[in-house]
Amino acid sequence: MEVKKITTKSMPYEDWKDNEYIEHLVEELRASGTNVLVGSLDKLINWGRSNSLWPLTFATSCCGIEFVSLGAARFDMARFGWEVARSSPRQADFMMVAGTIVNRMVPVFRRLYDQLAEPKYVIACGSCAISGGPFRKSYHVAKGIEDIVPVDVFCPGCPPRPEAMIYSIMQLSRKVKVEKFFGGVNRQEKRQDFFREHPEQEALYNPVLPDDADRTNK
Amino acid sequence: MSNLQEKIAKLFPEASFEDAGEFRITVPDARLHDLVKTLRDDSELRFDYLVTIVGMDWKTSLGCIYYLMSTRSKQVIAVKVSTDDRDKPMLHSIADLYHIAQFYEREVYDFYGIIFIGNPDMRRLFLNIDWKGYPLRKDYDDNPSLNPVSIENERQSDFTDQWVETASGEVRKNERRIFAPEDFVVNIGPQHPATHGVLRFRTAIDGETIKRIDVYMGYIHRGIEKLCEDLNYPQTLHFMDRMDYFSAHNYHHGLCLCIEKAAGIEAPRRAQVIRVLMDELSRIASHCLFLGTFCMDLGATTMLFYTLRVREQILDIMERTCGARMTFNYDTIGGVMQDLDENFVADVKALLDVIPANIKEYNKLFTGNVITRNRMEGVGVLTNEDAVSYAITGPSGRASGWACDVRKTHPYAIYNELEFDEVIRHEGDSMARFKNRIDEITQSARIIAQLIDNIPEGEIQAKVPKVLKLPVGHWFQLVEGCRGLFGVYIESDGSTKPYRMKLVTPSMPAACVVDHITRGQKIADLITIGGSMDYIVPDMDR
Amino acid sequence: MGSEQLIQSSSLTVDDFGSWTAAFDSMLNSWMPSWCATLLECVLVGVGLLLVYALLALFYILYERKVCAYFQCRLGPNRVGPWGLFQAFADMFKMLIKEIIELKHIDKFLFALAPYLVIIASMLCFAVLPWGNGLQIINFNIGIFFLLACSSIGVLGILLAGWSSNNKFTLVGALRSGSQMVSYELSVGLSILTMCCFAGTLDVAEIVNAQRDHWFIVSAHVPAIIAFLIYLVAGTAETNRGPFDLPEAESELTAGYHTEYSGIHFGFFYLAEYLNLFIVSGVAALMFFGGWLPFNIEGWDGFNHIMGYIPSVLWFLIKAFIISFVIIWFKWTFPRLRIDQLLKLEWKYLLPINLFNLVLMTVIILTGFHF
Repeated sequence: MEVKKITTKSMPYEDWKDNEYIEHLVEELRASGTNVLVGSLDKLINWGRSNSLWPLTFATSCCGIEFVSLGAARFDMARFGWEVARSSPRQADFMMVAGTIVNRMVPVFRRLYDQLAEPKYVIACGSCAISGGPFRKSYHVAKGIEDIVPVDVFCPGCPPRPEAMIYSIMQLSRKVKVEKFFGGVNRQEKRQDFFREHPEQEALYNPVLPDDADRTNK
Repeated sequence: MSNLQEKIAKLFPEASFEDAGEFRITVPDARLHDLVKTLRDDSELRFDYLVTIVGMDWKTSLGCIYYLMSTRSKQVIAVKVSTDDRDKPMLHSIADLYHIAQFYEREVYDFYGIIFIGNPDMRRLFLNIDWKGYPLRKDYDDNPSLNPVSIENERQSDFTDQWVETASGEVRKNERRIFAPEDFVVNIGPQHPATHGVLRFRTAIDGETIKRIDVYMGYIHRGIEKLCEDLNYPQTLHFMDRMDYFSAHNYHHGLCLCIEKAAGIEAPRRAQVIRVLMDELSRIASHCLFLGTFCMDLGATTMLFYTLRVREQILDIMERTCGARMTFNYDTIGGVMQDLDENFVADVKALLDVIPANIKEYNKLFTGNVITRNRMEGVGVLTNEDAVSYAITGPSGRASGWACDVRKTHPYAIYNELEFDEVIRHEGDSMARFKNRIDEITQSARIIAQLIDNIPEGEIQAKVPKVLKLPVGHWFQLVEGCRGLFGVYIESDGSTKPYRMKLVTPSMPAACVVDHITRGQKIADLITIGGSMDYIVPDMDR
Repeated sequence: MGSEQLIQSSSLTVDDFGSWTAAFDSMLNSWMPSWCATLLECVLVGVGLLLVYALLALFYILYERKVCAYFQCRLGPNRVGPWGLFQAFADMFKMLIKEIIELKHIDKFLFALAPYLVIIASMLCFAVLPWGNGLQIINFNIGIFFLLACSSIGVLGILLAGWSSNNKFTLVGALRSGSQMVSYELSVGLSILTMCCFAGTLDVAEIVNAQRDHWFIVSAHVPAIIAFLIYLVAGTAETNRGPFDLPEAESELTAGYHTEYSGIHFGFFYLAEYLNLFIVSGVAALMFFGGWLPFNIEGWDGFNHIMGYIPSVLWFLIKAFIISFVIIWFKWTFPRLRIDQLLKLEWKYLLPINLFNLVLMTVIILTGFHF
């Protein structure tokens, strides 16, 4: 199947900063091959998915306020169809981790991630979420959320400007476009990859959750 | 000061006094409760506002410094107690004298392990129940393997400890249930759209009526006070941006003033004017965002978009001068980072022109609405006494009729030369808190209008030694943040780093009072009240 | 304009769907046995209905998002297709393939049943709406009554959703929803009853026909206007929309009764909310604004003639969309009520006014003081 240059509306392909990464994904997609019918169905579904990314309202600190600005009239993320911020993780598509994640928040944060319905994505927004940022040396701050959940896009800044956030969600949308929903690079497998890299998390992920934990693993 | 000293010395012969910069009384633990009670109840003194409790670790001993303010004379004094027992330190609680003391003592317990005898609720406040060690002690072992990052749910207990002293002087530990077994407890937060961040309320409800709320903090506790102890003074400044990110300038201002006071530096006049301008601009921006998010909590989403217009305009002005939208890091010790942008004056004037029209629009859109009035009037009434006892400062405190504006009570920078009114209302309900903030926008605009044409020429930065060392001593500085009183306490041992830096923030009392004023109200009122108290979670957790 | 003239002018158009469907029916019957014809018609109607249902819902999603954006000085969706026309389609594709999370410790049967109940309730209401001249799926003599009965099934779905999720937020949301719907059903029912009194029938087609001379909002003047205002308020409450969106009050109960639903099950609730909005506006158009009848001004024959050329379906839709606009306007302007204020509004104000209004209407009918 011919895979064209992946971009979003009104942004030329050359303007993206990390095309090699997407090209690598496209290569993977091409190598695995797929038949015409499933391929075009994939295209349709990916068109839908990449254009309808609903965020989870989740913010812990400063970056959250920039996320509010992102929704406001000046930056208006509604233009891209991202404004349907759901408060319930079950209905959201991606999680913008805006702010510091501290030790006490980690279980809650992880739980929220688990509650998101597949396919789900995570954007680590701001230096605190990426590495702990200015609080890295603290006794009560998680040093980056990558050890807790798989991250799809990193958005640096302290806090990132709303433009940077738009760019990062557009990157995510581009990434969604080169995924295969039927067969191939499916989300379930991606989760397996994550566990291969972080074996210690697997035992925690599939375990007997406490009574009130609420999802079965399929 | 001297007659206060005489009075106390007569009643408490064991007390010793210190009067260097601030008045400090040192008493043995056993007499603390009586001393504070006298200070609070004496009709001349009326030290009825507990500003903060600073936990201290002096290596050989542990202790607390209580900062008290008189609502009558506006005088601030400190009371110091200490204990030499490091294994099981115990002090007497003053939780029965000041409501807020219960939470401040919990904070000290959390950080230093000091148990307060008589405090009804001795749980950790910020850290989870199984945390090992007391992080702000100097001998704290911060090996991450002791307290690993875990994705397993933290242990939850429905019981709290209480130490009581029997008549014979023996101290006994009691267990107390937080909720009755038959309570229907709903967990609101930490991830909840109405908590403005990651605050957690465990709420016992009866149908739609709230019976009791238990506040859990610490979901964004980043240990800023501990981090500051490892950084030199200029480096500590940048944390001020990240606590109450709306009052970034004000908090910077506070810390700079405190360090300048200690080092004997005075910022040039131009820098002082610029600082005040920035403070007031950020106050307008902060209140605008408050109006928007508060209305959004009540379900009127559209208001947010109108208020954010003004905020964006202010952020533009700040960005042109400071180079950032939120974390400015603009005030430096002895001045400001860089000079004003060339268009600053014109931009601010343009802003001042649109503010009255915008406020009119907000009132038209929201304040006069009959649903709004029904939702807010008489909801969450906080009386004057409770406001003082719970240490609710800022616009919320002033809505309860308490004149607590630091710009008036303890003027700093050039505030005593400026003309502005302290906005005071006496209803104490959510509506008063809301209206107070709208009026404060007008007052801030008034201050800016006085200054904008009179920015003096000159230096923006005083001479500051390359390596800044503060002399041995302690300093306490108050400023008015956007949400209320912000205090910085610095204790120095003469090195380049603070020995102890305590940050007193207005958001923590605002969250603690929620339980008190929501009882018997509806769930929806919790949202109204929480919104109107306008707490910022990273500000309370630090 | 006299009624004969009007009938004449409307028969000038090819707009009488009744004759088309009758012709189609007789054609089918001439080819195949009658049971077969009926079955085929049912299937065709069902497919058509589903299609209309989905398209309307998608349209409404975009409509609301765009309207809300303009209220908030924003642009709203504009990247997916021209003016963001395909935004709702993208959302639909996304929603269709989203994982449906299986939960432990819930009542699985009721949990799965709830979204279907909600969507079926709103779909049944479509059956009696008069879409156009003669374009009605089923016309029977208690049409309005049937519509009211069906729309109240929806609350069952919401209650079940809240109960079966085994979550405290959803439970509170469902209880709120229950008390709200039961209360406001009264006002909706009474205000419609007031108008039915005036029309003298429960038959939807006849109600429309009775408005050929004047729309009810004009001919029954004061009581009709009161009934319309009450209906608008109560109807907004019935659809759980702001300022009455307590059951799903985002800032209080995360997402209310459907907090635990994901994927297409959530999609059903999402769609049903918009469809209920359409139904409420459609019924308002039917009861007060002459259903599918064109807008006529007495004496302006040329104008009326032109209006007559606009198909009746369009008239009905336009009227419904305009009323929906008002309801959307409510949502994006007013803050939310509190539960006790909500119930107070209904039981202390709307209900007595409504009863009084009913008496007023009967007096007007008896004295003949109407157009």
